[in-house]
Amino acid sequence: MAIFKPLSLDEMKAKTKVLRRHIVRMTTEAGSGHPSSSMSAVEMVTALFFGGFMQHDPAQPRWNNRDRFILSKGHAVPVLYAALAECGYFPVEELITLRKLGSRLEGHPNMKRLDCIEASTGSLGQGLSVGVGHALACHMDGLSAHTYVMLGDGEMGEGQVWEALASAEKYKLANLTAIVDQNGYQQTGATKDVLKLTEFQPKIEAFGWHVQTINGNDIEQVIAALKIARSVKDRPTAIVSQTQKGFGILPVLAPTGDLNYHGKPLSKELAEKALALLAD
Amino acid sequence: MTIGQAAGLKLGKAVRDAFGTALKELGNEFPTVVTVDGDVGNSTRTEVFAKAFPERGFNVGIAESNMVGVAAGLAAAGKIPVVSSFAAFLTCNAYDQIRMCVAYPHLNVKMVGSHAGISIGEDGASQMAIEDIALMSALPGVAVVVPADAPSTKHLVKGMLEHKGPVYMRCGRIDVPEIYGPDSVLTIGKANQLREGKNLTIIANGLMVGIALDAAVALEAKGITARVLDLHTVSPIDEEAIVKAVKETGRLVVAEEHLPHGGVGSAVASVTAQLAPCPIEFVNIGNTYAESGDPEGLLKKYGLTAEAIVAAAEKVCSR
Ligand SMILES: Cc1ncc(C[n+]2csc(CCOP(=O)(O)OP(=O)(O)O)c2C)c(N)n1
Ligand SMILES: [Mg+2]
Repeated sequence: MAIFKPLSLDEMKAKTKVLRRHIVRMTTEAGSGHPSSSMSAVEMVTALFFGGFMQHDPAQPRWNNRDRFILSKGHAVPVLYAALAECGYFPVEELITLRKLGSRLEGHPNMKRLDCIEASTGSLGQGLSVGVGHALACHMDGLSAHTYVMLGDGEMGEGQVWEALASAEKYKLANLTAIVDQNGYQQTGATKDVLKLTEFQPKIEAFGWHVQTINGNDIEQVIAALKIARSVKDRPTAIVSQTQKGFGILPVLAPTGDLNYHGKPLSKELAEKALALLAD
Repeated sequence: MTIGQAAGLKLGKAVRDAFGTALKELGNEFPTVVTVDGDVGNSTRTEVFAKAFPERGFNVGIAESNMVGVAAGLAAAGKIPVVSSFAAFLTCNAYDQIRMCVAYPHLNVKMVGSHAGISIGEDGASQMAIEDIALMSALPGVAVVVPADAPSTKHLVKGMLEHKGPVYMRCGRIDVPEIYGPDSVLTIGKANQLREGKNLTIIANGLMVGIALDAAVALEAKGITARVLDLHTVSPIDEEAIVKAVKETGRLVVAEEHLPHGGVGSAVASVTAQLAPCPIEFVNIGNTYAESGDPEGLLKKYGLTAEAIVAAAEKVCSR
């Protein structure tokens, strides 16, 4: 069993740039995918995988007491592949096979293809229920493992998410943390214009959860919130992670006039600019 | 895209594009039509209608089961709701709502699923509807329509709006060759014969029609002539055209962009088993989920090619 030694704050900040460069390269090379949806989640994923919050072992991906990360907003899988490659689950060189025929790195997470993927997702709304199942099983088996589930703010429109919130509260699943990547946009526009679910904290609190709202692109706030989430022992915890879609490459996206940039890779030219911006 | 090349067809627009445009063009003629979307109107192309008729377009967010229930209420109150999403999310996520709120009360809801089949490509299996025809044609009273190209989509969208009762229409993502002309006649429930032949009949729909026409050209070079039928309506199925094909050509190949069970092949076979038993071969993606990849590479890997239809035709002719 490997316990990952947490990186220092500076090392983690450097790692966010590494992940962002991977995301740009792999989606531009694929010619499709969701870079902006991946970018907003980079600080959270970095803190989880490299900040000492996730105990896991690339030599045994299905080790039963591993901490789990389920990407319910599966279209943002480039950020997950980037982190998994950096952890050593597969070679970093494999990242550029994203979405190509025969690649294990499919357009949405596929747990049959890769042992380090916890759930096959891509149909939004389902990951938190699977997380409840993991948390129940870990509890039954006396394991200390914690399960983290990341959802999109648009994804919160799915009724199943609220069903999962209710069931987790019923079983007082303190070993479960839901992270809402509130980047303000979904496919067809600003989340506040599609459905007015945007005040997540009081809604999730009303379901009996412990909830924190933070700036999710500030890695220090992310680390602090994850520490608090682990310290809560009587209830499931949620982090409303307020982020910006495309964070890290916004100066490159802004001139296009599309701050959502949903489901579009960067052109080669924009990718060059983004990589220059993300250089060490 | 090489589909339709051997048959001398020219590339046209995607079925989803033709659907969105047709809906907008019919907006004034059908004043009670409204659209209900689940945050993917820019993918399904209902946004073309919703932009032209903003007060008649509703987007209920990423919430497909609610979306179908809302459409049912609109229909019960006299509207003609066109409810759409990716075919996978519409038919699978909201299946109980479709069953309970639409099919059972036989309400006039038009359900349109885009991004059907494996030809969507890189997004991978989670976004590919490959079971939708089985699910939707299992429901009593639901018409199931699968247009092959842009011109026929235009006619079938109108047929769908005129049809009394629930309809499911399956649309593909990618551009496909044009098979029909602007004056072609397409009627829900009536198959269209696209090519005459004596040795067998290839029955196909959707993307597979262009591929079937390519296969017919290749077969002709081998001395086998194939009738090609576009079975754009899977339910209610055109028994007459199928029985006639069996009587006149003796053998069938059924080609579909779908799982082997419960799709067009099963529907055709249940007609022939009762009314006109004959040798049949099936071309489909096999009993498996597909994966990410380029559309053409996927069609090849999962056996949806003219070569696969030719091989099936030769096999059925040798039986
Ligand atoms: C059930 C379902 N419906 C629709 C989609 C299509 N879809 C993919 S991403 C997306 C928008 C997601 O928005 P959000 O959850 O806010 O994630 P973001 O991309 O902003 O991170 C939609 C509608 C889907 N994948 N699953
Ligand atoms: Mg969002």
